[in-house]
Amino acid sequence: MSKGEEILKVENLHVSFKTYAGINQAVRGVSFSLNKGETLAIVGESGCGKTVTSKAIMQILPQQAAIGAESRIYLEGKNLLELSEKEMTQVRGKEISMIFQDPMTSLNPTMRIGKQIAESITNHSDISEKDAEKEALRMLEMVRIPNAKERLRQYPHEFSGGMRQRAMIALALACRPKILIADEPTTALDVTIQAQIMDLIRDLQKELNMGVILVTHDLGVVASVADKIQVMYAGEILERGTVDEIFYQPSHPYTLALLQSVPRLSTKNKDTLYSLKGTPPNLIDPPEGCPFAARCDYGMGICRKKDPDATVVSGTHSASCWLHDARADRKGLPDLFRLGGEQ
Amino acid sequence: MEREKEALIEVRNLTKYFKVGRGKILKAVDGLNFKIYRGETLGLVGESGCGKTTCGKTVMGLYSATSGEVLFHGTDIHSLSKAEKKEFTRKAQIIFQDPYSSLDPRMTVGDIIGEGIDIHGLAHGEKRQERIYELLETVGLNHEHASRFPHEFSGGQRQRIGIARALAIEPEFIVCDEPISALDVSIQAQVVNLLIDLQKKKNLTYLFIAHDLSMVKHISDHVAVMYLGSMVEYTTSSELYEFPLHPYTQALMSSIPIPDPKTERIKRRIPIEGEIPSPINPKPGCKFASRCKYAKDICFREMPEFREVKRGHFVACHEVQRRMEPVPEFSAAEDRSRANET
Repeated sequence: MSKGEEILKVENLHVSFKTYAGINQAVRGVSFSLNKGETLAIVGESGCGKTVTSKAIMQILPQQAAIGAESRIYLEGKNLLELSEKEMTQVRGKEISMIFQDPMTSLNPTMRIGKQIAESITNHSDISEKDAEKEALRMLEMVRIPNAKERLRQYPHEFSGGMRQRAMIALALACRPKILIADEPTTALDVTIQAQIMDLIRDLQKELNMGVILVTHDLGVVASVADKIQVMYAGEILERGTVDEIFYQPSHPYTLALLQSVPRLSTKNKDTLYSLKGTPPNLIDPPEGCPFAARCDYGMGICRKKDPDATVVSGTHSASCWLHDARADRKGLPDLFRLGGEQ
Repeated sequence: MEREKEALIEVRNLTKYFKVGRGKILKAVDGLNFKIYRGETLGLVGESGCGKTTCGKTVMGLYSATSGEVLFHGTDIHSLSKAEKKEFTRKAQIIFQDPYSSLDPRMTVGDIIGEGIDIHGLAHGEKRQERIYELLETVGLNHEHASRFPHEFSGGQRQRIGIARALAIEPEFIVCDEPISALDVSIQAQVVNLLIDLQKKKNLTYLFIAHDLSMVKHISDHVAVMYLGSMVEYTTSSELYEFPLHPYTQALMSSIPIPDPKTERIKRRIPIEGEIPSPINPKPGCKFASRCKYAKDICFREMPEFREVKRGHFVACHEVQRRMEPVPEFSAAEDRSRANET
């Protein structure tokens, strides 16, 4: 839909965590890119590696995490993984910003809201504190906080949940970043407030021509804002495509399962919803072959032996599944499912 | 048809106020009236802080009511003797939102499920054990899980344990307080399927509290919308989603993101400005008036009555009631009264 130049490119990202039980391979070879003004949604269940991926881009992973030596994260051609911590500080907040599910984790409870926003501005540019305060006021007005002038002098605990989320967005956008990573930005909020916040992010994205990475498990939110989607499972991307491709022509059984497990307008009341059996694999000892094989309704012998490569379905759409191989047994596969590869 | 159904729960003018110091009163639940029919599900929706959970807990008798009645099989549960109260708790159970904090971490799953059975003396020894195994199977867990502790289970599994515990004493009525909001999408479907399946098999009655409106539509027969302690609309689930009448319900419905990109692109959303006001010392008049775009003078002065405007469709809104006022010549009541005269 909105095409712009590429600003972020992630290549072969691997992230692993040292735990007492062994090494947990949270992200296993993820590659993707993001253009200016575009919204990319990363969808998946808890523990699939979607948050770890976004934290790796920001380089705010905890100490026991390690990023693989072969991984590359390019921001406008510059590899972020080669930057020193000092250089990275200049990237965070100024070029890439992140907002979280719980606003209290990123707001300082002992500091007035206005001061926090102003501080973020003075840290990244050479303007006076006075001008920064003025800019902070403008930011609060931009995220539509009523009585912004008074609110500037208040502390986070004096704000309601929705207001805090707005304040956090104001803080994240204060330096006009090129990329905004929103990690479950509305999960903790009521639907009416959720709608307000998503509208706000969309409007600000247009105004600043930002690239947005939306990390979420809410398919409704994804349908309303995303341009393209990638579906993650067990640290891998199983399918990627435009919104319409993913929703109307899924090409991976896992995507299909996610779509069928939420009630749609057409679902009859009290009908049995599709539900996935089992649990995601343990990533300390990931299974051989396709990680989804054990829970898949269409699994074949090969699925448990060899991990499938991504098959191109269309220019923008690809999926990693053996069903796309011409030799596959596709019995019972719904018509909705779109096949790619050599037919 | 509506008449023939038996109301298992009938709530009349239920209020629950909390004192919050300095003479201030928080009106969490402020005059509710509704019925839940046997074997049906009433969905209760609204924004956080609207009093859904307080309503559920007061209906269960976990909070004492400030005024009003909760009739269960025709007797008020807030005026029961101790023995009667125990009898009531055997018939009504609750499933909580957070599957992590609602299970005692020092009890085995078997004991958690068996606690109710012991208290009511329903089964002993081997019979008790058998019953626990049976319940674990009902919710899709295994025998060996009985000797494990809650921390060994995932969120979805814990919620199943919570459901097994509620089922242990074979209740007639279960309050489900946001049973799925802490779970992943794929697990939500599992739990909802289980609840629907159990209802069909055991003719259970649910009060299903949630803020996920699409799941509420899926599981409920009737839905009630709450705003700031009051009920603003009540009708069947399909009627509510197709013809919402109250301005608040309309805004709420239009805010639900639908997992369908094409629908989302053409959908017109009714924006709702601001946030829910404080329930402490609320202003007179309709509680939604300050955020309502149709609000007139009367809305700020008088609290609208909760009235039936269409068969089985109740709304508390001056504007809707004025618009839907039946024309006398077309009303059935007019005809009947004339029939009586002659």
